[in-house]
Amino acid sequence: MTTVDLADPPVTNPFTGTTDLPRAAEGWTQLVTPDGRLHPDVDVDRDALGRLTRDLYRGMRLARRLDDEAFALQRQGELGLWLQCRGQEAAQVGSVAAVRADDYVFPSYREHAAALWRGIGPADLLRQWRGVAHSGWDPEPYSFHIYTLVLAAQLLHATGYALGVQRDGSDTVVVTYFGDGAASEGDASEAMNIAAVNAAPMVFFCQNNQWAISTPTASQTRTPIHRRGAGFGLRSEWVDGNDVLAVYAVTSAVTEHARAGAGPAIVEATTYRMGGHSTSDDPTRYRTDDELEAWRARDPLARVEALMRAEGWSDETFLGQIQAEADELADRTRRECLALTAPDLADAFATVLSDVPQLLREERDAFVAYRGSFLD
Amino acid sequence: MLTLCQALNSGLRRAMEDDDKVLLMGEDVGRLGGVFRVTDGLQKDFGEARVVDTTLAESGIIGTAIGLALRGYRPVCEIQFDGFVYPAFNQIVSQLAKMRARTGGRTALPVVVRIPVGGGIGAVEHHSESNEAYFAHTAGLRVVYCASPDDAHWMIRQAVAGDDPVIFYEPKRRYWVKGEVTPEDAGPPMPLHRARVVRPGADVTLLTYGGTVATCVAAAEAAAQEGRDIEVIDLRSISPLDVATIEESVRRTGRAVVVHEAPTFAGFGAEVVAQVTSRCFYSLEAPVERVGGFNLPYPPAKVEEEYLPDLDRILDAVDRVLAA
Repeated sequence: MTTVDLADPPVTNPFTGTTDLPRAAEGWTQLVTPDGRLHPDVDVDRDALGRLTRDLYRGMRLARRLDDEAFALQRQGELGLWLQCRGQEAAQVGSVAAVRADDYVFPSYREHAAALWRGIGPADLLRQWRGVAHSGWDPEPYSFHIYTLVLAAQLLHATGYALGVQRDGSDTVVVTYFGDGAASEGDASEAMNIAAVNAAPMVFFCQNNQWAISTPTASQTRTPIHRRGAGFGLRSEWVDGNDVLAVYAVTSAVTEHARAGAGPAIVEATTYRMGGHSTSDDPTRYRTDDELEAWRARDPLARVEALMRAEGWSDETFLGQIQAEADELADRTRRECLALTAPDLADAFATVLSDVPQLLREERDAFVAYRGSFLD
Repeated sequence: MLTLCQALNSGLRRAMEDDDKVLLMGEDVGRLGGVFRVTDGLQKDFGEARVVDTTLAESGIIGTAIGLALRGYRPVCEIQFDGFVYPAFNQIVSQLAKMRARTGGRTALPVVVRIPVGGGIGAVEHHSESNEAYFAHTAGLRVVYCASPDDAHWMIRQAVAGDDPVIFYEPKRRYWVKGEVTPEDAGPPMPLHRARVVRPGADVTLLTYGGTVATCVAAAEAAAQEGRDIEVIDLRSISPLDVATIEESVRRTGRAVVVHEAPTFAGFGAEVVAQVTSRCFYSLEAPVERVGGFNLPYPPAKVEEEYLPDLDRILDAVDRVLAA
């Protein structure tokens, strides 16, 4: 069986000590142009950069394959819902790879690429969407909390967790993911404010994928999300979210800044949700083919492939290996999905509180007796 | 003798001494000691890292408490007034209450949410509400009400020591009432989920909690002068509900009145009536009555005495169940 634990062995950071990262004309940090050329000012060890790029590419490619397979499984009726991360692989893999394996992550609900990087397997990623559980995995071994569906609530959980880290004197950093839509929630503002007031060791990582279901970012916020950092007192960064090396470099810089006790940061990664909001969505009702095509030309995987070709970091053997691994992951995803069976509702009664009080016990027993009264 | 407020304070102090993971957090709970002084002096003794003056953001208080609990801490949050809990509703109902069930029972969130509750102190709007039914309706929360200094002290210690989220209601108008607190060596306290028979009786059962427990006891004593023997049960925990104690009493008396401050319409009393009716139907001599607030927003202070269940309205209901 394929080992999907992408974080092991850990990638080495070629950007350690780098302070000035190049910016594109748009104003965001960008190391690789959309057509795959490395910015001439990137002055780091090329071998290390090549190894990092190949590792990140592998993570992105495997995530896309899993995402595609899950999408197909939904269309075939095997999943009730799926939220594609297609288009956001660079933002997710670049950021999660830049933090330590024990840095604690609070995702939203689309962070499949980040979860896969942390070693969370297909069964755990899919069970929630197959309708057999409300969460997929035990957070502890992965330092990766379960998905949160009421948006921005997890930003406060992350902040509280970071306040605990601070009290423990640990050097763990907490990273939380949210989107351009969730940024409008009150909890987002409360969390950024509380984190800043307490100098909490954390990173607010915003994947601005341009759309909150059908609502474009322009209808969501008057100023760029990263500029809110100044108001709250957070270090702020804006990065090309489809440039995995830029995301990696920026995230590692702000994470080490937070780890050193210098305070929390917000990163806005500008990216694009290439699929619908979910498999129940129909994005043709609110966005144009032209827009989609323009972003397809900025596909984060194509950019890395072009870069690796230009730099001589990949060859047919390497790409073939990744392809084989991706196909195997897809098979495993399908196999594990089909093996996920429904739980027994009677077991849910014991999961609500630390014990089963009298009334709940009576309800459960009556339900079990009633169910048992039917002939099979 | 301690006031209920002092009994809470001493209970919180003991909880913090017993477990260094216990934190107090809320608006003005540190330097000021809380607007009702429940946490008075605790920041001075335990430091700013354990008695935390939070930002003015209720969702933020509960949301960060959840994160702290995930990290192994046991936060005790103060919501300054009952009507201020609504900004935290999502964090309590969708996050705090459901985390254990969402994780198949794996993830406990030992968070206590203290809420000064109810009217009778002449307060402005949003400072006198009884909103327990919202939380009792949510699986995954324990919802308890203290009504005496003794219960205040011991129930807060039990709530903090337990592994479930607890909505802990403190009736404001009872904060300054004095009573004995059972000493440490007097044996184990009554379990948190149990109801207490505060006054035994044979003719009618009054089922109540929080600020109206004392009113019911006063009503029972007034009725005793007319030869009526009324039992008063302080439910203490409304979720889970100790139906065994209720059932034993009402089967014996055959008559019951449920009393609370919250509006009776879809109030928690409706659940109590349903439980009593289905469990004790063949013992009942009269329909179960309810006495509570009217189905209105809590009224201005100058007329709250008419809104709140008082001795006469309780006795009026007692008359009705005895007349049947």
